[in-house]
Amino acid sequence: MGKKLLFKHIDVPGIKDFTVYRSKNGYEAVEKALKTMSPDEVQEEVKKSGLRGRGGAGFPAGMKWSFLDRKSDKPRYLVCNADESEPGTFKDRYLIEHIPHLLVEGMILSSYALGANTSYIYVRGEMKTPIKILENAISEAYANGFLGKNILGTSYSLDLYVQPGGGAYICGEETALLESLEGKRGNPRMKPPFPAISGLYGSPTVVNNVETISAVVPIINDGGDAYAQIGIGKSTGTKLISACGNINKPGVYEIELGLPVEEFIFSDEYCGGIWKNKRLKAVVPGGSSVPILPAELILKTLQGEPRLMSYESLSDGGFASGSMLGSGGFIVFDEDACIVRNTWNFSRFYHHESCGQCSPCREGTGWMEKVLHRIENGHGNERDIDLLVEVAKKIEGNTICPLGDAAAWPVASAIRHFREEFEWHIREPKESMKRNYGIREKSILGA
Amino acid sequence: MVKVTIDGIEVEVEENTTILNAARRIGGDVVPPAMCYYSKLKGSGGKCRTCLVKVSQGSAKDPRPMPKLVASCSTMVQDGMVILNSTSPEVVDARKSVVEFLLINHPLDCPVCDQAGECDLQNLTYAHGLSKSRYEEERRTFEKIDIGEHIQLHMTRCILCYRCVYTADQITDKRVHGVLNRGDASEIGTYIKNVIENDFSGNVIDVCPVGALTDKTFRFKQRVWFSKPMDAHRNCSKCSGKVALWMKGNDILRVTGRKNSFGEVEEFICNECRFEKKKTEDWTIEGPRHISNHSVISQNHYENTFKAKLASRQPKEIYGNKDSAEK
Ligand SMILES: Cc1cc2nc3c(=O)[nH]c(=O)nc-3n(C[C@H](O)[C@H](O)[C@H](O)COP(=O)(O)O)c2cc1C
Ligand code: SF4
Ligand code: FES
Repeated sequence: MGKKLLFKHIDVPGIKDFTVYRSKNGYEAVEKALKTMSPDEVQEEVKKSGLRGRGGAGFPAGMKWSFLDRKSDKPRYLVCNADESEPGTFKDRYLIEHIPHLLVEGMILSSYALGANTSYIYVRGEMKTPIKILENAISEAYANGFLGKNILGTSYSLDLYVQPGGGAYICGEETALLESLEGKRGNPRMKPPFPAISGLYGSPTVVNNVETISAVVPIINDGGDAYAQIGIGKSTGTKLISACGNINKPGVYEIELGLPVEEFIFSDEYCGGIWKNKRLKAVVPGGSSVPILPAELILKTLQGEPRLMSYESLSDGGFASGSMLGSGGFIVFDEDACIVRNTWNFSRFYHHESCGQCSPCREGTGWMEKVLHRIENGHGNERDIDLLVEVAKKIEGNTICPLGDAAAWPVASAIRHFREEFEWHIREPKESMKRNYGIREKSILGA
Repeated sequence: MVKVTIDGIEVEVEENTTILNAARRIGGDVVPPAMCYYSKLKGSGGKCRTCLVKVSQGSAKDPRPMPKLVASCSTMVQDGMVILNSTSPEVVDARKSVVEFLLINHPLDCPVCDQAGECDLQNLTYAHGLSKSRYEEERRTFEKIDIGEHIQLHMTRCILCYRCVYTADQITDKRVHGVLNRGDASEIGTYIKNVIENDFSGNVIDVCPVGALTDKTFRFKQRVWFSKPMDAHRNCSKCSGKVALWMKGNDILRVTGRKNSFGEVEEFICNECRFEKKKTEDWTIEGPRHISNHSVISQNHYENTFKAKLASRQPKEIYGNKDSAEK
């Protein structure tokens, strides 16, 4: 059994409620920090822990905090990013639904460290239940003196608000999130300036993922060094992985970073193997934005070393033969899954979600989707494959925010590793249609 | 003051100048094209990505190159920065793809578009684009919308530069203009077809780089290159009254702001000057207006001599572009 830090008490009945949470050492980290530590000491522990952002980019949290402009006379803000909308990623929702006080506690600790007296949790608007659960947890924390004025009799005060999101994936991008939080259209901002200098209402702001902020609780309880002991290399601590697709046990798992991918997929503690005993075909290891890898490359690196669930190992080999840990949305495909169809599906998502500000993403995502749709429906052309590669390349790196990259990578990597399958779709439209959709080829393909 | 080098040419500019504005100080081929940035509109820029450049040296202090191409309109210069515009194959290539992206959903209806001849997208495509489209899918289309009495919005042609949105926000006093929907379904909205009713709304026509916002008093009257631009002024209580008149014989076909060599108006003008003063008696005519040679209008311009024409289209430039376009 791997070590559990966030999910240690997740199965305790009633852990959603303040009293039960409190009885399981809940809010002890807040007591410890507010009564015995300075804000800088809290930040120092987070730095020592080596905790990296769990929202996708993996940027060291302690370092991000240290960029916050502390000389500014404006108020500082902490904003928690709970917009979780990436296909394949559903760990934040799970955490909020099951153990909401962990996030509230993490918010208090992090806000204290950053000197923020007003903080926000921006929750994806569609998550009605988690929003209710979180609001309830927050009012319990207020009632018990862990939020509000002079927390635990100290001079520190904090107000915590939940903001339901504006209903778009792009509002998860941190600057679009801030725009949306300010009540505007969720368009990403041009960077620089970064939020640490000019974020919410032009004030210094830190935006962190739900899981990142929750991880501050065990870091303060056990110390940064203890946290850094867990994991491997620069991938310290534990990570929540939402596993889905053709596996026996889909769900959200807390793993110690460094766990072999093979063990994660096949052991009964985690995914429990491929369903119906089929063979593994491919994995998207970090949410729909990261490159897809075929079975042989997800289990072993190009050097033949076992691939591990860590930031470094999953990206070993660059995009040529590696991928990314991303947000931890682990999507598994069995031998019967159609990569073309899946790529089109992802593409459709990014086309739908592009905010439309910058031309490469606005136009390119639609272009890719339409071409993929054609291929998938038996109207592909040999030249379409190179065209897709080309369009993906022209979007990548040329956009305002990383959504453009996120749209380009799945397409580029699917073609890189499964080119024959695309070619087969184009060469044998009837066969591929039959495989994906059954018979009816006449009505779909025409005479 | 900071020193930067763009395409091998050194220039000294104030701190907090963008790369684009530094390049404009030098002028000529060094200036990246800009389809969304508009110096008079706060917050504009960063969107179209035609102004991407390569920063091969970040600054004298930190000489590392920037990892990605950057939007020159919204990236500030640093002392000792080295920038490549048209001398970087990477930039030329990226720009070509941006043009391609801008065109895939564009109707290419130049033959019936009032903007033809003074269209930034047309000029950009001529200078940087491919001669053939690889796009075979359906294009997005929208119904035409009248924005008040004098302005028509033809969203199908729009490249979503947001300039009119900023104009409506900043120049006109009531915000009834924004963007609806997302991605390539985005459209310029006027709050349930609300009319932008105020004295400066007509400026959205001048800032539009394409033919998406056109002057209804001028629609289909004349190809722009067959009309003569004249500088003129009048005493106006609302604006400076300094305009460009577009004439045929003694008839005033339309009135616009005076655009500089970067396609930006020198001053915003009021609707009265633009839409209501169409008689020669209304104006004091100063003389023919010089039109910059980059525009297609200049091709038939009476003011041009043969020599000026040659200078405007240096053979090197044309063949150079053809070369890269055909590759
Ligand atoms: C299109 C897009 C969507 C994103 N969605 C989310 C999201 O839903 N949740 C999240 O935590 N981060 C998301 N991110 C990443 C955030 O921009 C940001 O990096 C993150 O919230 C920082 O938190 P961290 O450092 O704790 O990971 C998204 C980024 C992009 C470009
Ligand atoms: S990359 Fe896409 S989502 Fe991001 S700003 Fe540009 S158009 Fe919007
Ligand atoms: S002019 Fe710079 S991005 Fe449009």
